[in-house]
Amino acid sequence: MMRLSILKPNAPAAAWWRPHGALRRLLALLMLATVAAGCRHELPMIRSEIDYVTMPTSPAEIEGFFLVNEGNMGSNKCTIDHFDARTGGYWRNIYPERNPDVVKELGDVGNDIAIHDRRLYVVVNCSNLVEVMDVYTAEHIGSVTIPNCRYIVFEGDKAYVSSYAGPVQIDPEARPGKVVEIDTHSLTITREVVVGYQPEEMVISGGRLYVANSGGYRFPNYDRTVSVVDLESFEVVNTIDVAINLHRMELDRYGRLYVSSRGDYYGTGSDIYVIDLATETVVGSLGLAASEMCLDGDRLYTISTEWSYTEGRNEISYAVYDTAEQRIVSRNFITDGTDEQIVLPYGLAVNPETKEIYVCDATNYVTPGYLYCFTPEGELKWRVRTGDIPAHIAFSTEPFY
Amino acid sequence: MFDRYHKFLLLPFVLLAVALCHTAPLSAQSRLDSLQQVEQIVVTGRVVQREVIPVQELSGEELQRLGSHNVADALRYFSGVQIKDYGGVGGLKTVNIRSMGTNHVGVFYDGIELGNAQNGTVDLGRFSLDNMEAVTLYNGQKSAVFQPAKDFGSSGSIYLRTRTPHFDEGERHHVRATFKTGSFGLANPALLWEHRLSEEVSSSLSAEYLYSSGKYKFTYRMQEGYDTTAVRRNGDVQALRVEGGLYGRVDRGYWRAKVYAYHSERGYPGAVVRNKFSHEDRQWDTNLFAQGSFRKDFRPWYSLLVNAKYAYDYLHYLADPNKDESMMYTDNHYYQHELYLSAAQRFTPFPWWELNLSVDYQLNVLDANLRDFVYPRRQTLLAAAATALRFKRFDLQASLLQTFVHDRTRGDRMADKQKLTPAVIASWRPIEGSGLNLRAFYKRIFRMPTLNDLYYTFVGNVNLDPEFTTQYNLGATYTWEFRRTWLRTLEVQADVYYNEVENKIVATPTSNFFRWTMVNLGRVEIRGVDAAVQTGWSLGRDFTLVGRVNYTYQRAQDFTDPTSEFYGGQIPYIPWHSGSAVVNATWRSWELNYSFIYTGERYSSQANIPYNYQQPWYTSDLSLSKSWHLRPGDLKATLEVNNLLNQQYEVVACYPMPGTNFKLIVQYSF
Repeated sequence: MMRLSILKPNAPAAAWWRPHGALRRLLALLMLATVAAGCRHELPMIRSEIDYVTMPTSPAEIEGFFLVNEGNMGSNKCTIDHFDARTGGYWRNIYPERNPDVVKELGDVGNDIAIHDRRLYVVVNCSNLVEVMDVYTAEHIGSVTIPNCRYIVFEGDKAYVSSYAGPVQIDPEARPGKVVEIDTHSLTITREVVVGYQPEEMVISGGRLYVANSGGYRFPNYDRTVSVVDLESFEVVNTIDVAINLHRMELDRYGRLYVSSRGDYYGTGSDIYVIDLATETVVGSLGLAASEMCLDGDRLYTISTEWSYTEGRNEISYAVYDTAEQRIVSRNFITDGTDEQIVLPYGLAVNPETKEIYVCDATNYVTPGYLYCFTPEGELKWRVRTGDIPAHIAFSTEPFY
Repeated sequence: MFDRYHKFLLLPFVLLAVALCHTAPLSAQSRLDSLQQVEQIVVTGRVVQREVIPVQELSGEELQRLGSHNVADALRYFSGVQIKDYGGVGGLKTVNIRSMGTNHVGVFYDGIELGNAQNGTVDLGRFSLDNMEAVTLYNGQKSAVFQPAKDFGSSGSIYLRTRTPHFDEGERHHVRATFKTGSFGLANPALLWEHRLSEEVSSSLSAEYLYSSGKYKFTYRMQEGYDTTAVRRNGDVQALRVEGGLYGRVDRGYWRAKVYAYHSERGYPGAVVRNKFSHEDRQWDTNLFAQGSFRKDFRPWYSLLVNAKYAYDYLHYLADPNKDESMMYTDNHYYQHELYLSAAQRFTPFPWWELNLSVDYQLNVLDANLRDFVYPRRQTLLAAAATALRFKRFDLQASLLQTFVHDRTRGDRMADKQKLTPAVIASWRPIEGSGLNLRAFYKRIFRMPTLNDLYYTFVGNVNLDPEFTTQYNLGATYTWEFRRTWLRTLEVQADVYYNEVENKIVATPTSNFFRWTMVNLGRVEIRGVDAAVQTGWSLGRDFTLVGRVNYTYQRAQDFTDPTSEFYGGQIPYIPWHSGSAVVNATWRSWELNYSFIYTGERYSSQANIPYNYQQPWYTSDLSLSKSWHLRPGDLKATLEVNNLLNQQYEVVACYPMPGTNFKLIVQYSF
């Protein structure tokens, strides 16, 4: 038969969380008097883990960042990691042990993360809530329930959250989304405005909120508009026709708004459209596919992932568009060949101080992903394992304890 | 509610049953022939049998004693089997044999496969044990060569055999009325009526209604943290099953016809995640099928078996944002039709040599109200050649299965597939007269990509290849029988095996989270041991005791991507150790049954890290029954207490299972 030593082939080095030894379990199985076999333990507390990924530094401004891992739907595996620039340490899954009394931890499918006024906000899509934490400790302060919430932006002491769950109308297939205003002091909803179908990312400029409507639930009748909401009256004051299936937004310093269109995954490809905010009209497109984008200064970093049925794999590009020169300045911002290792780039961020580039790799969505840190020149600096589906990053100017 | 279903379902059934009665042949043969006996073996539950292929069976009384709600619950007592149970009476329950995946399990209902061309899995939680005579699990294939080609076509097979009427001299009717009630608001009346129409023809009518609120308390208790208790919701189910059969004997043969109708409405209890403990989406199912078999030994050297079936399945899924505003509105209807025809012929040139040739044809049609749906139609032609050689101490079986699949759609379609797959089975009794029996088998088989894998709008990929499994098994059985001791029988069965799954069809993400596709990507290797020990004890005249232990060890590793950090990890939800133990004691008209099920530590992902760790769980169930002679029949009352220790556990993460629950069963039969 088998030797006991092979009973646990994948035993990790740390075995402190295993409740029984293999032999005891075998005996327990054979014992019919199970009453005496001992009881199943309480759910084990999930501890954070640390990897020191780089040398300690003394940042002038950016102390580190928080990363939210989405986790697959229905798995309740949304987690947050933290990178501390002063120690070079990367902490995985910091939330449960700091908030042991929050039932079922952070929740199901994280979709956005942001820091505002010394508080950390995570939008947890399938848990229908915005989680609010202390930015120094990641301790729970409160949460606001918003069904099917997607992205968050701030203006003054108000937060604005886009949500797919607008009013249900007679035709349930034509159900618009909404933007919800939250008072950040009381953490209560103050106002709501109905926008387009399945609204995604937002930006605020000149007292107006611009929201990209996707219409993702309405295939093939995608939405193609950006709704413009006046923050004073909290009403839609303009609707800009752009392109189908809009998703991400970035605002440059010249008053131009970049909106990504995901295309329809069939004939119509992805592209980035440019809206002039002075006239609120579309002035052109970059001819650049983008599933993710991130603006740092004048450099608009983009990642495009497109599935090729002929190749049976994703075709990926990493391009940079210069918003001042208005041209594509790089077709691959990863210069050392590391892009070959990245299976499925899912998140993108640029450190405003060091200009380091972060790329999240979601791999196969069902195992932990990886975060790659590149120098501004595009050479790999470090790589670390994350939670499942690493996706969104918020840089922090505050120390984390 | 009952009346509405009742009227709707019963009428066509009655019409068909009457029609069949009138066409029934009435030839004279009073004695049971050997063939009929083989079909009607009344085995009192033996796990250990001197079979050439590993087989486990629960039947008759023993099956009823286990306090199971359904077939899936009963299968938990078999080794080498993992049940995925999403909780409650109505929750989905699927079976995975030796970690090869649910799609590789063939489920046969009275000899004919239950198909689901759409997604390839059968929810065994829907099949009641009320009129079930036996549940049998074969690794590889059933160890008979005289069978339809389809029976050679799965990596593992489960045969569900419903009760066949069997009358003693002078009997004309059997009636059995059962009522079950208990936790989860269970109301489950069932009626079975068997009638002898003539010497050769008998009929059976079985009807059952099931209602359960599906509500139960569950607790999550975190070490050093939260402790929360809530009630599981939207797990309600109501179902009506009506089933009728006609059973006839002809000279050196038999025929049977069956009509089955099932209708249910159920909620999706869904995953319990933060801030969302209940769901509102619902599902309605209608399943109808009619099937018939005819078998006759025309010559001592030639036999024929013909099977035919038509099945209709309708599924309606509704997610309504009026009930849960976070949901996307979904209102999907799926319609499936299946036509199946089979002919198997046996030639027996010598008593020790048997040859089988069988040909099956199957048509599957899937319609749905999905956007851009391609309305696939699949035609499958199967041809099998098999042979069995029987010597005094050595048995050998070999089979070859040729499969041809042709799809037709309104869009892109899968290229035609043609595959030839073999199986070889051998058995040897090394010492004459001893109870030792050695056996081995090799089998290579595949499962076709399901219609969902290929054609589901957005996700499907028409370039898929079939997913193959290769199995190697070595085993031994030993049987001791004793006289004049308390211990009467001791049976031991053990098998070691190595399985490979290649071209595993997995969902892979594409450009974003909304867009997945199916690819042939995965590779899994499974190394395992299944073992079972059964003992029978007899103390004096009135007291008997049966004890059984099953154990399974499995190392099922993912070898998909060599560059992955998690290469070689144990695949999701497969425990290294699992097992069960059952003790049954009978004293005069009293019966006591204790059963214990253990599932060891597992991971919810092939990333075997603490975060994905799933704790072991084990449940103890106890039942006590007493029967009385109450003219003209027998009355039996059973009280069951399940999950005696009130363990809070999950089989699938975020799907909590019920704690201690009760069931009372009253049954009267004559």
